[in-house]
Amino acid sequence: MQKYAHFKGLTIPLLLLLPQLAITLVFFYWPASQAVWQSFLLQDAFGISTEFVWFENYRDLFSKPEYYKALINTGIFSVFVALLSLSLALLFAVMADRQIRGAEIYKTLLIWPYAVAPAIAGVLWIFMFDPSLGMLARGLQSLGVAWNPRLNGNDAMTLVILAATWKQISYNFLFFLAGLQSIPKSVIEAAVIDGARPMRRFWTIVFPLLSPTTFFLLVVNLVYVFFDTFGIIDTISGGGPSGATETLVYKVYSDGKGGTNLGGSAAQSVILLIMVIGMTAFQFRFIERKVNY
Amino acid sequence: MTFKLKTLTAVGAFALAAASPALAQTEIQWWHAMTGANNDVVVKLAEEFNASQKDYKVVVAYKGSYPDTLNAGIAAFRAGNAPHIMQVFEVGTATMMSAKGAIKPVADVMKDAGETFDPKSYLPAITGYYSTTKGEMLSFPFNSSSMVMWYNKDALKKAGLPEAPPKTWPEAFEAAKKLKAAGWDKCGISTAWTTWANIEQLGAWHNVPVGTKANGFDGFDTEFRINSDLFVKHLTNLANLQKEGVFSYSGRTNTGEGRFTSGECPLFLTSSAFFGNVKANAKFDWSNAPMPYYPDVAGAPQNSIIGGASLWVMGGKKADEYKGVAKFFTFLSDVDRQVKLHTESGYLPITKAAYEKVKASGFYKQNPYLETPLLELNNKEPTENSRGVRFGGLVQIRDIWSEEIEAALNGQKTPKAALDAANERGNQALRQFERTAK
Repeated sequence: MQKYAHFKGLTIPLLLLLPQLAITLVFFYWPASQAVWQSFLLQDAFGISTEFVWFENYRDLFSKPEYYKALINTGIFSVFVALLSLSLALLFAVMADRQIRGAEIYKTLLIWPYAVAPAIAGVLWIFMFDPSLGMLARGLQSLGVAWNPRLNGNDAMTLVILAATWKQISYNFLFFLAGLQSIPKSVIEAAVIDGARPMRRFWTIVFPLLSPTTFFLLVVNLVYVFFDTFGIIDTISGGGPSGATETLVYKVYSDGKGGTNLGGSAAQSVILLIMVIGMTAFQFRFIERKVNY
Repeated sequence: MTFKLKTLTAVGAFALAAASPALAQTEIQWWHAMTGANNDVVVKLAEEFNASQKDYKVVVAYKGSYPDTLNAGIAAFRAGNAPHIMQVFEVGTATMMSAKGAIKPVADVMKDAGETFDPKSYLPAITGYYSTTKGEMLSFPFNSSSMVMWYNKDALKKAGLPEAPPKTWPEAFEAAKKLKAAGWDKCGISTAWTTWANIEQLGAWHNVPVGTKANGFDGFDTEFRINSDLFVKHLTNLANLQKEGVFSYSGRTNTGEGRFTSGECPLFLTSSAFFGNVKANAKFDWSNAPMPYYPDVAGAPQNSIIGGASLWVMGGKKADEYKGVAKFFTFLSDVDRQVKLHTESGYLPITKAAYEKVKASGFYKQNPYLETPLLELNNKEPTENSRGVRFGGLVQIRDIWSEEIEAALNGQKTPKAALDAANERGNQALRQFERTAK
């Protein structure tokens, strides 16, 4: 049995690959190399004076406590968002997977938040939890909770975590549900006959069989919290108060845009790039071994 | 872009169906950041100018928020496509003026075009912010405002306070305490634009420097002085009152302004340009007053500084185009046009003649709140501490300062430690700017 297509010469395979390669080069490698180059430069906003400074932008970054704070914030933020959105999505998927009346409606409704743009999601949550305007914030205050994300860093962090989680649950839910539906019913029925209760069935059969999905979602969620949560943070807290919700990607933006410090901003995005490559590689190398396909 | 604009011109020419040949018109692009009613003002000004003569045509384009417009202009310049006129907010002044070659000073534009232009006919408190120390105008003031204290008259009455608003900070804090006791328990007093109110304006209003070298006017080698006594005292007061629930922080920009119009905060310091919003939304009796001051600071109050935006002329354009820009600025400076802009939109007039004319008409008798910012700006002859501030990278520095002020208000740092850090981090940003601004 022939497993691979064989071509004579290199011309045709190269031609077939060309569109994909061109897209990758133009839209990924070229901008990424620009960022690397920019990270070695010190430039004014208009690009009139340019100085090549080697690693000064990087040294500068690592000498500032704010950068480490953003690093810690990113850690807290991503662990909570990934953990919450994965576990809640799994819970919802398991519930929706059962034979219940109106399951289709639940499924459809649960998918909706994914269609909401991050910035809009942020605005929705700030409308509910703004200490002056928010209905839910007033509820909290009347219960005696001193809710004030304008000044309290923990409140602000809680709010961005909730909003980012809410937004991502739909996506995770969709994949978990598809994963659950692809588990053969016969395996579960066999377990039922053997007398396994629902909890036991879940942990010994369903969860291990879901592991490819879980692993895929873990990688995707990590990329999400690192990059796509920018709009949520920008609309809810703008990185404040006092830098309490400033994540790495938000700092790239605020230094580059507000500060027109393109070199420092580029250096940060290069570090971010290396971190995500490293983490994805780590996941594939070590966590993937535990995945049963 | 060029193609699009050409199409626009062509379409515009057909629409006008004027007798003048469209091809002879020189196009002037004007990028701005005005929304809502202010956007209408911009569009109408361009239309009126285009109808007033047939050699030049001003084409306006909205480019988003102030920072967005600045960034769009910078990106366009890097791509060799800058507009002729760019509206830049006052914090971007140092960034613009340091970009030699990217911009052309307004004074030069007017002189080269042979337009009659007398810098002395403009209000110095406004043009001073956008001029060199020698008085050469760099950019053309467009929409200017200053910071005032808006107050809820109904609330003052209810709390048993005198009808006249508090004049000094100690009085304002006392009033806020009484207001809290009378039911305004979430917020007695607050400010929008945290650093503009509590650092930049506070310094000018008390004739205390925010930075050395005349607040940066005399050179980019300026250093901050925002950890001096006045700033520490003020922040200490605010932090203590925040704990008591008398002062309540309202965020870095003006997103918290709704707390005044909703009636939540009866004393609120923000821009005089808040006028339109208050008029449309406040369901109580209101007015505004000059910012409070500390009576124990000698010479206080001095004068306030402006906020808002000015029009910068970009470099590298054709002489004929600059002529059109100069004609447009002359058109904007017209006394009657300034009077109309001021009384209808609440922007401050930029010429002395316009201010005098509105004063003489008795307009301020009915609308005293529109004169408050002008009284503050002209309170005394500006000193080197009250002409304005000119710091490179101020957009980012304001964020740094806000971070530290927030840390003091939520008790993470003492006010002194927070301002020391704000000063130090601000200086680092200044040094970085100085290196690139050569």
